[in-house]
Amino acid sequence: MANSDRAASLGAHDTFPKLLLRNAEQFATRPAFRLKELGIWRTWTWAETLEQTRSLALGMHLIGLKRGDKVAIVGANRPLLYCAFDAIEAIGAIPVPLYADSVADEMKFVLEHAEARFAICEDQEQVDKILSIKDELPKMEVLVYEDPRGMRGYTQVFLHDIATVQETGAKHHESAPEFFLDEVAKCSGEDLLGIFYTSGTTGKPKGVMLSHANVLESARHLAEMDGMTPHEDILAYLPLAWIGDHVYSMGEGHVTGFTVNCPESSDTVMLDLRDLGPTAFFSPPAIFEGFLTQIQIRMEDASPFKRKLYNYFMGLAKRVGVDVLEGGNVGLGDRLMYQIGEWMMYGPLKNNLGLSRLRVAYTGGAPLGEELFNFYRSIGINLKQLYGQTESSAYATLQRNGDVRLDTVGPPCPDVEMRIEEGEIQLKSPGSFIGYFKNEDATKETLTGDGWFKTGDAGIMDDAGHLRVIDRAKDVGTMNDGTLFAPQYIENKLKFFPFIKEAVAHGDKRDTVTMFVIIDLEAVGNWAERKGLSYSNFVDLANIDEVQTLVAECIEEVNQGLASDSALASAQVTRFLLLHKEFDADDGELTRTRKVRRSLIADRYETLINALYSDVDKVDIENEMTFEDGRKGTMKATLKISQAKTFSAGELKKAG
Amino acid sequence: MTPSEPAERDTDIILECRNISLAFGAVKAISDVSFDVKKGEVRAIIGPNGAGKTSMLNCINGFYHPQQGEIAYKGKVRKQMRPYEAAATGIARTFQNVALFKGMSTLDNIMTGRNLKTKTNFFEALLYWGPAQKEEIRQREFVERVITFLEIEAIRKEPVGRLPYGLQKRVELGRALAAEPELLLLDEPMAGMNLEEKEDMCRFILDVNDEFGTTIALIEHDMGVVMDISDRVVVLDHGIKIADGTPDEVKANQNVIDAYLGVAH
Repeated sequence: MANSDRAASLGAHDTFPKLLLRNAEQFATRPAFRLKELGIWRTWTWAETLEQTRSLALGMHLIGLKRGDKVAIVGANRPLLYCAFDAIEAIGAIPVPLYADSVADEMKFVLEHAEARFAICEDQEQVDKILSIKDELPKMEVLVYEDPRGMRGYTQVFLHDIATVQETGAKHHESAPEFFLDEVAKCSGEDLLGIFYTSGTTGKPKGVMLSHANVLESARHLAEMDGMTPHEDILAYLPLAWIGDHVYSMGEGHVTGFTVNCPESSDTVMLDLRDLGPTAFFSPPAIFEGFLTQIQIRMEDASPFKRKLYNYFMGLAKRVGVDVLEGGNVGLGDRLMYQIGEWMMYGPLKNNLGLSRLRVAYTGGAPLGEELFNFYRSIGINLKQLYGQTESSAYATLQRNGDVRLDTVGPPCPDVEMRIEEGEIQLKSPGSFIGYFKNEDATKETLTGDGWFKTGDAGIMDDAGHLRVIDRAKDVGTMNDGTLFAPQYIENKLKFFPFIKEAVAHGDKRDTVTMFVIIDLEAVGNWAERKGLSYSNFVDLANIDEVQTLVAECIEEVNQGLASDSALASAQVTRFLLLHKEFDADDGELTRTRKVRRSLIADRYETLINALYSDVDKVDIENEMTFEDGRKGTMKATLKISQAKTFSAGELKKAG
Repeated sequence: MTPSEPAERDTDIILECRNISLAFGAVKAISDVSFDVKKGEVRAIIGPNGAGKTSMLNCINGFYHPQQGEIAYKGKVRKQMRPYEAAATGIARTFQNVALFKGMSTLDNIMTGRNLKTKTNFFEALLYWGPAQKEEIRQREFVERVITFLEIEAIRKEPVGRLPYGLQKRVELGRALAAEPELLLLDEPMAGMNLEEKEDMCRFILDVNDEFGTTIALIEHDMGVVMDISDRVVVLDHGIKIADGTPDEVKANQNVIDAYLGVAH
């Protein structure tokens, strides 16, 4: 669908600022944003949001922001920063959001590449980061900050406090009331909305250019697919710089008029989730895994009666829960017990997590373990998987209600065309990007001449028309005996165990599969404490023999599953080691959206991989690590290597 | 961090201790110690264990009454001050071993710090609705600002006894700040903390000094912290003042080095 056709279908309100104007009229007194501050939720109505946005837009114009300028936005999810997007777009400038936890070097690359002239920072920390690299950014001229804490002593003339900017903007509006509307009218749906840099598992970040139509069309479809109303409440806690947040919070919020709620701080997200009880919730698998781990840890500490109750009702849910959710055939007796379960167990459990009012929950960005997926659906949470990427405005596939399958990411969304070329998933979506900013080569490699976007993911379409994503195409390998090696498949099975936080499998062009395992400090620490094993830190804990055995048992269960599938029997994990530290985005091992960077890890930990494929039972490792402020240090450790039992192909799963 | 200009701060003396001597029976805790604290500065009191530092703080606070000498606070010489008088005139303190109400939440603990700023009487409080409720809301708002300042929103409702040591100390600092003190006495605020917790605590202390202009007198053992954040240092040893000056002056002072490292015989 051509960009201009897409824009036309949105009608007159084809850009974010235009939608803001519409909402300020149509939903004037409805809450648009809420922020928890000083312990209470503060609300901005759509009318108030328009005022804030307008005064910011005019204020920025008065301090020199011009049409076409790039403006970096860096900070946590706060209503005023979200308004900044609209404000910048209203006067025809281009927002470029950055991840709030980037170190100065990462920011330098993006700011330089994007040629950003302005930057809007949440607080002193972000301002300091940019000041530290400002000399190397000749185009950067103006910084605006939102939180004045700590900013008293700063004397730079190019540093402005947002409240002052808005004040001058508001005054200007009084003297020139038509200015804002005139500016907004100059943009249309095909115009550039913003540049979203992808963190990329390989190479330098690329700036994905998306139009208003890309994001708004995608948001409109998504909202329709799940019947979003202006009365929804969602929690905006995923990074501001991530396209998923932009489409689901800003995009759907503007299209339907529902409320975007911002948590008090990153520490309080889970507490605020409980406070709020959102009606729709989007989260990467890690958060859902985290909930389950939390539940499992606390059940271990509960009284025997409560444990019995939990096991009984969870068993019931496992049997009939999903059918109850999907309206399938469930016997009367079971239905009765399930309802009792809802009052006694599932309800309170959901309430404790803040998920009581959920009508729909989405997950995506990484595969979710089947058992985990089942867990949530069995207690009545309509969890659905979706698939998309920054380049498609996070709009590609989504599971439909009533047709949710465990091992797929659903059929293509409305208006999305999809095909598999040589095993690679390719798609045409209304959300498909315009191109990579200042990177013609990459754009040519990824967008074919007739508009097909090459995702770089390997996948297959099953008979029901659902997409199954196998892995990143580059990561799928072959073992020496010809067995397909899809590392994520094995890793995800292992990550279901609460004790295991992250896992990286090796096996491409090898005879056997080996693994790095990173234990979950909280879960394993808890377990160790109950067993009376003492440890002083992460490395200590990982080296305890009993912990090694614990992980070996988890791996063996996975191996059993692999053994029962003749195609994968040779992909069983033979040897493994427990890493001495967690992966960190600051070290480059993870992207800012927590995806593993395989080639970097393979390079950095080459010593360990070689050791795994030899006979040794321990190996020394020394590597550099980066502290949060960017300084570097070295870490040394000795790691034990353990064997895991493998099973002959076709062996049945052991009972219990 | 860009420090505020020293010239902006008042160079008035807010506290002056003259010839303080304190003894417990035959044990001379403090002998003839004199020093002053300027308004708006960070004054460190250091010395080996048993030097009399906490006793000195207790004298300033009104817990102990020195047998000799006098303390002039904000220009007024005090005779026998009671702790509640000290608190009412703007002195707040934290304790070496954390003296929080373990069963109460963080929020409630910090609210107790507002006690002296609460004006409603017993009967109004009994009735609650009306003036008492309005005041409660005002107090709560102030306390929430303190909580946001110290970044402890996530543990607002947690019973304090369950918090890790470093966080308990931060809550205690919060309680002291809730009293809006002009002079803040900190007794070993960094004791038992790891490096990261110490750096956070330092940042908060400096922020308090910078943003609110609060004068800070702190007892501290970590030399790195003392050198980094204090404006002036007074050194005690066995109850006697052996040095008084800027951190650099004190560091080079031979008496101080001897006191800490010992003298070869």
